[in-house]
Amino acid sequence: MASVDTLHVGSVSHGHDHDHDHDHDDLPWIRKYVFSEDHKYIAKQYLISGILWAVLGGLFSLIFRLQLGFPNADLTWLKPILGEWIQNGKLDPEFYLAMVTMHGTIMVFFVLTAGLSGTFSNFLIPLQIGARDMASGFLNMLSYWFFFASSVVMLISVFLKTGPASGGWVIYPPLSALPQAVTGSGMGMTLWLGAMALFIVSTLLGGLNYVTTVINLRTKGMTFSRLPLTIWAFFITAIIGLLSFPVLFAAALLLIFDRSLGTSFFLSEIYIGGEALHHEGGSPILFQHLFWFLGHPEVYIVLLPALGITSEIVATNSRKPIFGYKAMVFSIVAIAFLSFIVWAHHMFVTGMNPFLGTIFMVLTLIIAVPSAVKAFNYIATIWRGNIVFTPAMLFSIGLVSFFISGGLTGIVLGNAATDIQLHDTYFVVAHFHIVMGSASFFGMLAGVYHWFPKMFGRMLDDRLGYIHFWLTFIGVYLVFFPMHYMGIAGFPRRYYSWTGFDAFSYTGETNELGEAIIKFADMNQLITIAAIITFVAQFLFIFNFFYSMYRGRVASANPWKSNTLEWTTPVNPGHGNWPGEIPQVYRWPYDYSKPGAKDDFIPQTVPFSETPESNLPNEVDE
Amino acid sequence: METNSPEAFNMNPKKFLLWLFVVTIIMFFASLTSAYLVRSSDGDWLHFDLPSMFWISSGVIILSSLTMQLAYNAAAKNEFEKIKIYTIATLLLGIIFLYLQVKGWGQLYANKIYLGGKYSNPAGSFVYVLSLMHGFHLITGIIYLIIILLSAFKQSIHSGRILQIELCTTYWHFLDLLWIYLFVFLQLNN
Repeated sequence: MASVDTLHVGSVSHGHDHDHDHDHDDLPWIRKYVFSEDHKYIAKQYLISGILWAVLGGLFSLIFRLQLGFPNADLTWLKPILGEWIQNGKLDPEFYLAMVTMHGTIMVFFVLTAGLSGTFSNFLIPLQIGARDMASGFLNMLSYWFFFASSVVMLISVFLKTGPASGGWVIYPPLSALPQAVTGSGMGMTLWLGAMALFIVSTLLGGLNYVTTVINLRTKGMTFSRLPLTIWAFFITAIIGLLSFPVLFAAALLLIFDRSLGTSFFLSEIYIGGEALHHEGGSPILFQHLFWFLGHPEVYIVLLPALGITSEIVATNSRKPIFGYKAMVFSIVAIAFLSFIVWAHHMFVTGMNPFLGTIFMVLTLIIAVPSAVKAFNYIATIWRGNIVFTPAMLFSIGLVSFFISGGLTGIVLGNAATDIQLHDTYFVVAHFHIVMGSASFFGMLAGVYHWFPKMFGRMLDDRLGYIHFWLTFIGVYLVFFPMHYMGIAGFPRRYYSWTGFDAFSYTGETNELGEAIIKFADMNQLITIAAIITFVAQFLFIFNFFYSMYRGRVASANPWKSNTLEWTTPVNPGHGNWPGEIPQVYRWPYDYSKPGAKDDFIPQTVPFSETPESNLPNEVDE
Repeated sequence: METNSPEAFNMNPKKFLLWLFVVTIIMFFASLTSAYLVRSSDGDWLHFDLPSMFWISSGVIILSSLTMQLAYNAAAKNEFEKIKIYTIATLLLGIIFLYLQVKGWGQLYANKIYLGGKYSNPAGSFVYVLSLMHGFHLITGIIYLIIILLSAFKQSIHSGRILQIELCTTYWHFLDLLWIYLFVFLQLNN
């Protein structure tokens, strides 16, 4: 029966996937370099788009950091770039909010979802499971181009006269629903919603493909218990995406109806500018429920791929098997499951029933368990390993550091009692920028350093990589660590002019020159300066990336002496990945420094019959 | 595909893709209907009867599922004429369904149940949005049916090449069930 099915599958696939049968060189250039269906090429498209968005997102954060760090500075020098948004040397307050919103949207969705998952799921899934390409190369191509279209729409919104969306990346109504409330809620918000709709389509198409590919197209011998942890992470991430993005779509759809067709799903009785609106009976809290039902899983959509990449890099560069493979898999699954039932911890201050809040609190704190298992396993893997400090390894270790220091504050914020005090302060900003933003960003950078040789056949420069790592690592802590103190002291998020409020700026003291001493001014300056340096340091990486692509040292077939399948392909694999037959897999991917073995690594393609000296009693080829 | 191995899951990748797609649609409607429940429990909720047209359209869509299944059975038995006849019947019933839905909105409107504006209530708006979103998905089903019909006229649907119509049948049944779910849901909670 099984053989009949296999035959049937084969004959159907051949009818549709033309590019497997034809020589890739026959394709017209537009299908090769633009609308490519090769997963490796699509991955590179995602990566470079992600880099461009990261530069833009980072730049936006510097604009609002300037306002926070130097509230009295004259910003006229920015007028050539920002034009009307600089008035009398001051940043326009609504533009400040727009920059905050766009920074969040770009970083969360365009960089850390599309740039991270899009790049590495596409690149590594077929290569590491031993498949020629994704289940559907066509859908994969569509997925990228939907993302591209979404990017274009979002970018256009930045140049609108009324400014891009400015209600925060969470786009809570009524602020986001009423153009009268803030100019960004006009056309900017419409384009934001349009761009996100396209983005959701892109993510769903990608996710459908990732899940199907992992389930259907594993090579012979590649059982689930032999999958590299990267693949486990991408697989579970894709499932989370498939289950949560449709919910964001529903929320966005109802918001579009409220904005454009006069419904009142999220809008209740509102007076604005002295005028009563016709809306009644809507519930803005309902939007928050729908939004965070995506929003919380989204955090793990961002983080899990980075954790998977780290597992792979840490094991390879410690020359040790990953500690607790099964515990790692269970942790990923447990985190994914829990991520769906904790969303209301973002809403402790919405006046929810305290009993309900307690349930969400307990569930939230339980996430600490699988997270701690993962952190412990990373450290246990590094422990007494033959550590090779490649830039990728440093970034992975950096990720573990952020995962721990940012995760600890998650326990504080997960408690309803403390969260009510800390809600919407810089403590929250510090928490999620370290544990989600920086950790995932480091995972992405680690992945680029590690798989660059496979992507472009050349090596990135190590020395630049080390400088990049240390500047970024120290920079991230300098930027986000002080925010904890400010947050505990009550310094609020999203405020343009914090100096105008006695509650968190007035000290009553003066310095020797008789000027009033403003609370937090020094910390804000430090953060801004550190942010600028960290941002500039990223150009070392960008230079390294594009320079090495053409001029880097030529890579060997397996530069990191790694076990996984992607290193058995030629240095520059063509479409189809393996020129001959797809290799068969005989063992798990973490046979590093196996006692008795000749080398300190045994690739997955080596059968047990060839390594009698290191086999454990139960290890025989099936 | 040649990579298919004993370890891999023995379902056609395209069929699996379709099922995953169905899951995403389920999540979409599940979130809309839970939003409905959450909102309706807040009070200030308008109670009204669903348009009678929705009863007729529900009958039509069930009938269309039947003809879809017959088309699939015909394909399995290589009865080429019947494939065409039943596919056309399904297509027509699908279009009639959409027409009846629009008539249903007309009935709602005549009944002073508005989508938006000053006199609207989320109770009414939800009925419009749910049926509209289902309608959009049904249009994708109709496009799929047209593709099937073209293949049928090229004689390229038969027991040896049944996947295409099999996927379409699955999708169409799902869209049918989805509407029945929405209709029963709205009946019970209105």
